[in-house]
Amino acid sequence: CSPLGAFWCEYFLNIFSNVSLFQVNVRDALNQAMDEELERDERVFLLGEEVAQYDGAYKVSRGLWKKYGDKRIIDTPITEMGFAGIAVGAAFAGLRPICEFMTWNFSMQAIDQVINSAAKTYYMSAGAQPVPIVFRGPNGSSAGVAAQHSQCFAAWYGHCPGLKVVSPWNSEDARGLLKAAIRDDNPVVFLENELMYGVPFDLSEEVMQKDFVVPIGKAKVERQGTHITLVSHSRCVGFCLDAATVLAKEGVECEVVNLRTIRPLDVDTIEASVMKTGHLVTVEGGWPQYGVGAEICARVMEGPAFNYLDAPAVRVTGVDIPMPYAKILEDHSVPQIKDIIFSVKKVLNM
Amino acid sequence: CRSCTRGAASMVASSRSYADFTPEATFDIKKVDLHRLEEGPPLTATLTREEGLKYYRTMQTIRRMELKADQLYKQKIIRGFCHLYDGQEACAVGIEGGITLSDHLITAYRAHGYTLTRGGTVREIMAELTGRRGGIAKGKGGSMHMYTKNFYGGNGIVGAQVPLGAGVALACKYLGNDQLCVSLYGDGAANQGQIFETYNMSSLWKLPIIFICENNQYGMGTSVERSSASTEYYKRGDYIPGLRVDGMDVLCVREATKFAADHCRSGKGPILMELQTYRYHGHSMSDPGVSYRTREEIQEVRSKSDPISMLKDRMLSNNMASIEELKEIDIAVRKEIEDAAQFATTDPEPPLDDLCSHIFANDQPFEVRGATPWTKLTSTS
Repeated sequence: CSPLGAFWCEYFLNIFSNVSLFQVNVRDALNQAMDEELERDERVFLLGEEVAQYDGAYKVSRGLWKKYGDKRIIDTPITEMGFAGIAVGAAFAGLRPICEFMTWNFSMQAIDQVINSAAKTYYMSAGAQPVPIVFRGPNGSSAGVAAQHSQCFAAWYGHCPGLKVVSPWNSEDARGLLKAAIRDDNPVVFLENELMYGVPFDLSEEVMQKDFVVPIGKAKVERQGTHITLVSHSRCVGFCLDAATVLAKEGVECEVVNLRTIRPLDVDTIEASVMKTGHLVTVEGGWPQYGVGAEICARVMEGPAFNYLDAPAVRVTGVDIPMPYAKILEDHSVPQIKDIIFSVKKVLNM
Repeated sequence: CRSCTRGAASMVASSRSYADFTPEATFDIKKVDLHRLEEGPPLTATLTREEGLKYYRTMQTIRRMELKADQLYKQKIIRGFCHLYDGQEACAVGIEGGITLSDHLITAYRAHGYTLTRGGTVREIMAELTGRRGGIAKGKGGSMHMYTKNFYGGNGIVGAQVPLGAGVALACKYLGNDQLCVSLYGDGAANQGQIFETYNMSSLWKLPIIFICENNQYGMGTSVERSSASTEYYKRGDYIPGLRVDGMDVLCVREATKFAADHCRSGKGPILMELQTYRYHGHSMSDPGVSYRTREEIQEVRSKSDPISMLKDRMLSNNMASIEELKEIDIAVRKEIEDAAQFATTDPEPPLDDLCSHIFANDQPFEVRGATPWTKLTSTS
């Protein structure tokens, strides 16, 4: 229908269903979450490259510098190891920094500060020194940015005790998890996805409340199903839902689990689903070896859900290569919907 | 008879009242080399009797504590890494004399002395070295990871503590509390890239940070000439004003620190101090410390520049204390160390329940995977 028609549709829908819906893309969800948390707590501040006067390399921090000024929105030089260390030190001394990495690829320059200075300090100090910091930025593959700018770090950071690692998919995830991360007194690695930034989702009035948080460590079942469980995180959740729509036409009902959090992993939700469906396929953008899917399969092997599996659990992952540039090659380096459908049918012996 | 004379002498000593001692004296101290500064710290320092006794006692405590740690390490009661500070006492004590406990400090792994000057007790430091529950980090941290209020360790990764210190300084400026952060590193760390990144951001944002390079001439087994194209560490901050200070003289260190603190607190931004000092021990307990330097060199520093001897001579020759009084302090320190060592060797190890605790702050208890899938442990905050 026409834009005007769409407006009236939505208007009457709202009136009659008594449910307000706000269309918010992931970028704006992150922006609003940060804005609200900056307002709520004076100790919260943002630092990173281009976050202030440029409005953010990906515009996630648009408008924040204008509103909060130099003290709370800080442009840094291109020195990740230094500014990540400064952010952690500020957290030691009682502030609540949000440290942005322009992409998570650049965090490798600073990974010592994330792991050795942030993640381990509360333990080494036997509880004397908490580290309330959020590290955030886009993670994983984008479009045409080639090998050095396309790596997924979910498995790397997910490996480490002392860190919480979250990977939102949609706007509700982005908003709720970022608020939870900022309010958490511990180091949180917040893995965004550049290709999701511009994607709009409908958010209810409840989600738009200032105190709305999505609990860290809890997965969400995005789609109920009975035949097979698809477990995924970030952008791949959308692919799983698309695959599920196609498979439904052939009578296969997929249950799609959105991890939301990489660490701590919500094993209970995964196991409950597998015990219901008897089949498991994990889907991730990262490389297969020692990855998120590998961990999920190992946990299912070790727990009660194993006895309910009617077939081996299987992983759909990025291809085990550095990311190529040419479009045709890049398209074949990442999991596609057809790969998910193919794997589901294999596991179900169709 | 000899014993009568001795008795008489000790009677004479104990009947001397404190009014007999000089309450305060002014000493000439070595001129400080300056970088991008018109003026430096004063060329004299005034020491009160009270301060002198305090500095003496603290330095002696650090000295004896480190030597006791050496002993316990050789008995295999202390394990892993143990980096001793004997020889460098004037640095930790002098720095603390120039700031207050509401200021902040962070250093690298040679941290036992600072843990003490920043408010830790010998007991809890030694029990941390022996890995007991009475340790300052409950046995979870060990030699390199001790923390107290406004003291952020104890850091094992060379150089990483410097940006952390700048972050603490950023918080001081952000909160507007007029406090500053002292961020220490050694001659070995001085070439780390992240330190130059920190010089840059601290200067850009005028953070209240005092960078201090404790130059003890050797980064592990590598002398400064073999590691650094420029050994003028006080100039390495380039646009940051710098001072090169005699780190064996507690008064020099104190005056320079006061000067640096004034600089920071007046909003001028960072300043850099190089303390020329020396460690008697090797890099750590697994380094005898003589394959890359001579025993003669070590002996020469001990006899000519020992920080404790220097302070003692000053006080005695100016009648600020008596030999007996200082001996009494030595005895008291020895006893404190013995008691602490006794505690550190008899206190039980941490309970196994502590294995998984302190992973996250202010969190609900959660399950932690043990060594096997059937071992389910619980983590508490």
